Amino acid sequence: MAGITPTPQGNGSGYRGIVGPLLIPTWAVIGIFLVLPVLLMAVYSFLTKEFRGGVVWDFTLAAYDQFFLNRGLFGDEPPVIEWTYITIFSRSIWQAAVATLICLIVGFPTAWFIATRPPQTRAIWLFLVTIPYWVNLLIRTVSLKFLIRENGPLNESLMSIGLITDPLPLVNTNLAVQLGLFYSYLPFMVLPIYAAVERYNFALSEAAADLYASRWVTLREIVLPVVKPGIIAGCILVFVPSLGAFLAPDLLGGAKTFMIGSLIDEQFRGSQGNWPFGAAAAMILMTLVLIVLTIYARAQARGEAK
Amino acid sequence: MSTAIDIRSVVKRYGTATALHGVSLSIADNEFFTLLGPSGCGKTTLLRCIAGFEDVTEGEIALFGQNIAGLDPNHRPVNTVFQQYALFPHMTVLDNVAFGLKMKGVPLSDRTARAGKMLEMVHLSAFADRLPAQLSGGQQQRVALARALAPEPKVLLLDEPLSALDLKLRQAMRVELKTLQEQTGITFIFVTHDQEEALTMSDRIAVMSQGRVQQIGTARDIYEAPVNRFVADFIGETNLIEVTVDRIEGETARVTLPGGHAITCPAAATTPGKHHLSIRPERLSLATTGDLTATVERVVYLGTDLQLLTRLPTGEEFHIRLQNSARTEIPAPGTTVALHLEEGAARLLAD
Ligand SMILES: Nc1ncnc2c1ncn2[C@@H]1O[C@H](COP(=O)(O)OP(=O)(O)OP(=O)(O)O)[C@@H](O)[C@H]1O
Ligand SMILES: [Mg+2]
Repeated sequence: MAGITPTPQGNGSGYRGIVGPLLIPTWAVIGIFLVLPVLLMAVYSFLTKEFRGGVVWDFTLAAYDQFFLNRGLFGDEPPVIEWTYITIFSRSIWQAAVATLICLIVGFPTAWFIATRPPQTRAIWLFLVTIPYWVNLLIRTVSLKFLIRENGPLNESLMSIGLITDPLPLVNTNLAVQLGLFYSYLPFMVLPIYAAVERYNFALSEAAADLYASRWVTLREIVLPVVKPGIIAGCILVFVPSLGAFLAPDLLGGAKTFMIGSLIDEQFRGSQGNWPFGAAAAMILMTLVLIVLTIYARAQARGEAK
Repeated sequence: MSTAIDIRSVVKRYGTATALHGVSLSIADNEFFTLLGPSGCGKTTLLRCIAGFEDVTEGEIALFGQNIAGLDPNHRPVNTVFQQYALFPHMTVLDNVAFGLKMKGVPLSDRTARAGKMLEMVHLSAFADRLPAQLSGGQQQRVALARALAPEPKVLLLDEPLSALDLKLRQAMRVELKTLQEQTGITFIFVTHDQEEALTMSDRIAVMSQGRVQQIGTARDIYEAPVNRFVADFIGETNLIEVTVDRIEGETARVTLPGGHAITCPAAATTPGKHHLSIRPERLSLATTGDLTATVERVVYLGTDLQLLTRLPTGEEFHIRLQNSARTEIPAPGTTVALHLEEGAARLLAD
């Protein structure tokens, strides 16, 4: 009898049996475009650098050693911690964090504004936000440089209305890099927050007001927690690419704003490059990002279980 | 008794659509006041105006004598049980219930205790640590009720708070709500489209239709002395038949029924001519000679009652309810019966 009546588990495995083959393309895409490149990079980070760029298939920890330790000019001194790259990393993390914060401060009200428009006009506003992204990032970054350079339109117009007498030295500063990152990644903040706010049930705000919460308290206690997934998604989407960005720092920043992205980028250019070192730096960067995301996911899971 | 809420000729328009056409109501302190009416008649809109979520287009609302026009919802001593619950999805049931107390600055231990007591009242103590999404619709509705009651507002607005509960629970909650309202002295404005709920719980009922208050009165007033066809038809079951008013003598009207028999009934501001008469189906009895004659078409057995679906000689349908006792003789379909109108069974309607 038991063989005749299909059990729920039996049904389930039969269902999975059909779905399994359908998932092959998905697994293939993930494997080829995600797992394989990361594996390649991991392998390269343990190879030996070749003189004119490229690698020799000799496994070594030299790249990681170079990143973290300083053994003197000829490599024969007792190792001390090498601060150069750690400093670049910290600065990059700081820059990316500030860029994320600025995007959040500007992006949240923007997303809120769009999500609270009548449904017919929301699409127009979203379209306006994404318009700059129809143009290549490199061109946009160069244009930004043009706008803020010493005798560019920004300074000229500020001087012509008499707000400043000398042009502001904006190019090659941290500020310019921030501006570049902000400009590059703002929509990545706006879109997920928009999606969350659009789904937000405004009756919750009414219920909070009904229970004596002021507008500010309602925002803090009800709105922000409810749209938090959108905010987190936006922050991750801005923070991660900002951390690895090299166009904005290269074009808008100076030597003092040298960042991870530029460091890695340099390692893969021409005969001056060092592929294993670039790969190692990329691996370290990825590990850092993964640690941050894992901590977040853990905290989130604990919050949900509560 | 003092007045809790005074609503004076309130008009609410949404663009060109008018949801409330000059509503005036006065609700006494500690009254259980019910807004009863069909879907879309403006009940929720009126509550939202009182709670402060909507500005009234014209007219004004006073709370304990104070005009509350400019007051934000969070400054009105009024709490709402929302029709769609609107529970905070990221907070546990207990935190939801304690939210209003927290906003009022009640210390943590105090508010936890009070919220716990509220949950006990709605039989949800076991669910205190759950999130709203982990509750059934009826349970969510009870959380919404507990949340609105916890801060002990002066006025509680309840927008169909029992609609998602099953019959047994609904009946139990009716009794609990009524007891609670009497004990706490909170003024209840209760919205429902369930007339049984309205009739059993309310001190007074306002029957609404299409943005207008049709009649205000006790359950008895509204059931026994409806002022117009809408109220007579909406509350309970009734037979509306067309009659001719022959003459009016002071407070009484002399009316000719279909079939020629004449009766007298309260004039209710009518003038001689064609009018509608409301006759409740349970206010009739079978007789040998009666005020009306009708042909039985069907007999429906309802347990405690028998319902006779009959037709008058004029062709109008006419319902009769008879108590199902051993002595009741059930007329067979096709037979003609004579009906006797009980004292006060017939009500002339003004429109
Ligand atoms: N925001 C709005 N914009 C336009 N019209 C509205 C709005 N809110 C309500 N209305 C209209 O006002 C009228 C009254 O609506 P309301 O929600 O008060 O009805 P209700 O009596 O509560 O009905 P129900 O029993 O179905 O809850 C309806 O015709 C509705 O379409
Ligand atoms: Mg409603």
